[in-house]
Amino acid sequence: MSATPLLELRGIDKSFGPVQVLRDVALSAYPGEVTALVGDNGAGKSTLVKCISGIYPTDAGEFVFDGRPVSINSPRDAAELGIEVVYQDLALCDNLDIVQNMFLGREKRNGIMLDEPTMEQMAAETLAGLSVRTVKSLRQHVSSLSGGQRQTVAIAKAVLWNSKLVILDEPTAALGVAQTAQVLELVRRLADNGLAVVLISHNMNDVFAVSDRIAALYLGQMVAQVRTTDITHAQVVELITAGRSGGLGLAAETGANGNGAASADRTTTEGAS
Amino acid sequence: MSTTAVKQEGPAAVVSAPTIGSHARDYWRRVRGGDIGALPAVGGLLVLCTIFSIMRPSFLTAGNFANLFTQGAAVTLIAMGLVFVLLLGEIDLSAGFASGVCAAVLANVVTVFGHPWYVAVLAAVLTGMVIGTALGFLVAKVGIPSFVVTLAGFLAFQGVVLLLMEEGRNISVRDPVLVAIANRNLPPALGWALVALAVAGFAVVQLLRYRKRAARGLVNDPLAMVLTRIGVLALVLGVAVYVLNLERSRNVLISSLKGVPIVVPVIAVLLVLWTFVLQRTSYGRHIYAVGGNKEAALRAGINVDRIRISVFVICSTMAATGGIVAASRANSVDPNTGGSNVLLYAVGAAVIGGTSLFGGKGRVLDAVLGGAVVAVIDNGMGLMGYSSGVKYVVTGVVLLLAASVDALSRRRAAATGNR
Ligand SMILES: Nc1ncnc2c1ncn2[C@@H]1O[C@H](COP(=O)(O)OP(=O)(O)OP(=O)(O)O)[C@@H](O)[C@H]1O
Ligand SMILES: [Mg+2]
Repeated sequence: MSATPLLELRGIDKSFGPVQVLRDVALSAYPGEVTALVGDNGAGKSTLVKCISGIYPTDAGEFVFDGRPVSINSPRDAAELGIEVVYQDLALCDNLDIVQNMFLGREKRNGIMLDEPTMEQMAAETLAGLSVRTVKSLRQHVSSLSGGQRQTVAIAKAVLWNSKLVILDEPTAALGVAQTAQVLELVRRLADNGLAVVLISHNMNDVFAVSDRIAALYLGQMVAQVRTTDITHAQVVELITAGRSGGLGLAAETGANGNGAASADRTTTEGAS
Repeated sequence: MSTTAVKQEGPAAVVSAPTIGSHARDYWRRVRGGDIGALPAVGGLLVLCTIFSIMRPSFLTAGNFANLFTQGAAVTLIAMGLVFVLLLGEIDLSAGFASGVCAAVLANVVTVFGHPWYVAVLAAVLTGMVIGTALGFLVAKVGIPSFVVTLAGFLAFQGVVLLLMEEGRNISVRDPVLVAIANRNLPPALGWALVALAVAGFAVVQLLRYRKRAARGLVNDPLAMVLTRIGVLALVLGVAVYVLNLERSRNVLISSLKGVPIVVPVIAVLLVLWTFVLQRTSYGRHIYAVGGNKEAALRAGINVDRIRISVFVICSTMAATGGIVAASRANSVDPNTGGSNVLLYAVGAAVIGGTSLFGGKGRVLDAVLGGAVVAVIDNGMGLMGYSSGVKYVVTGVVLLLAASVDALSRRRAAATGNR
């Protein structure tokens, strides 16, 4: 596990008109690790991702990538740094096939002509490298794929470009048990291959299954960034719902993590009932 | 899919090689899944031709066959441009009168101002580009729905034609080159030479692709299928040119009339050009992407506004070529050039051919197939002596029918998870 983060955000602010969605947010993503970004609906997770990927401009804050301060003003800037995002809504073109989707906007060309064989070959290699063997043909329209397969294509698209940081926004939200396991396995493999991975998920089982670190957003504020091994399931739920848990989170007093875990358990049960 | 997900074994066995049988099954599955493509157009063409041939034997003559091309040419050219706009899920209702404006410019430049034909053609095409740029700008940058922008264009251009015609007088076009486009034929030998060239070119492209893919170990269509494709093209073109090269003059002693109408290679060249642009360039790929999922295209870094403006430019420019052909065919331009049924026929041609009104699906070839259907209806019903009133009604019904097929196949595709 590397000590220096690949991407480090500091003091990110973002408002939509009068509504401040992100407030002084910090986030670090480390190579070879899966950082889970958790938070309730509307906490600002997707907005944060869109700031990182250059879709939304930020109002304040700094980006440090690979030790260098950078500014990301467009999706192209992010892509050039090696940041790839798999969005919540996937954003695949249903009327295009797998290869065409994977290379969309960055087609390989031979003069003015598209170089289809090269693209198809690279797509096949990428999918094989991810041990994906479930698609029948690379030339089928993505409209005919299952949810898990679509997710796989979106992920493969993200890793095709020698990307360094892959951000996945709720990749398993719409998937069944088997497909979820498959996608999580894929996510883990990305990190094991040395990429920095940020995974957004509402599912605590998924988070604890694959992540190395957990970052919790609460109403647009980053309330905790901890190692997954240092925190319990219940504490994370508490951070998400209340913004604090024992020694962690908003206005946290220093100290007693062990106690915090115990009390957190109780609080959550009460909150859920 | 969860069953396939479980058995993950073997190296990169991502895909299996198709056979002719698997192609046929895939095709049938796509059709049942709502992706029927050009099936209605080809089927409709066969049915219509059979009916008209039985009812009016004069339909099935070389002379009438040649007529079909010159009658349908202008509408087909406009429809080819409309395909680009429809691919984005937009519409251009002004394409008909845009062709009229361009034809009026052509006539003025060549007849009133006496410039050579190429200057007039250039002026007409430039006019088309300017019109398209204006429409595209209003749609993409100002954000007015294309329906409204082009409806305004529909009205305004109608007025512009009147103004250019000095309140309704028509202007004749006598330039021999311009008149030749829709009224003269290629020498029979040249027709054959062009067929040979087209088939050879197609064969080279197809076989080279086959070899390149085979060399890289990529999934390939079976060679038999590639050869069949080449054979079918050779057969279709061969029969067409054979028939067009038959003598169709009533009295050979007075004048001989045979050969491929010059508009045919004009349409063929534009068909190949635009098909290349759509299928083989990243610009074309981006058009499909914007039509399929604008948000995805934006995130992929595609300049969506530029794509949206450009398709209107292509559409209006193709409308200009349609206007030139119409002027050529009529030997003149009048205030009704590009008016009446031209727009409806052109939209109908694109949709009947299989281009979706919802965007993201369509080919330039659709416009040609659909244009053929429209031309056959128009021509056959004319031979059977129906009034233009009946022809309008029938064509309107056919357009509705095609649009219903489009909407229903889309619903079917959604239901079967194909979209
Ligand atoms: N384009 C926008 N304009 C205005 N407000 C927005 C916009 N996008 C998001 N918001 C607001 O920002 C807040 C955070 O939204 P965001 O989508 O980032 O939440 P999220 O954490 O991803 O939630 P979920 O878990 O439901 O996906 C919400 O209150 C939302 O209404
Ligand atoms: Mg979200």
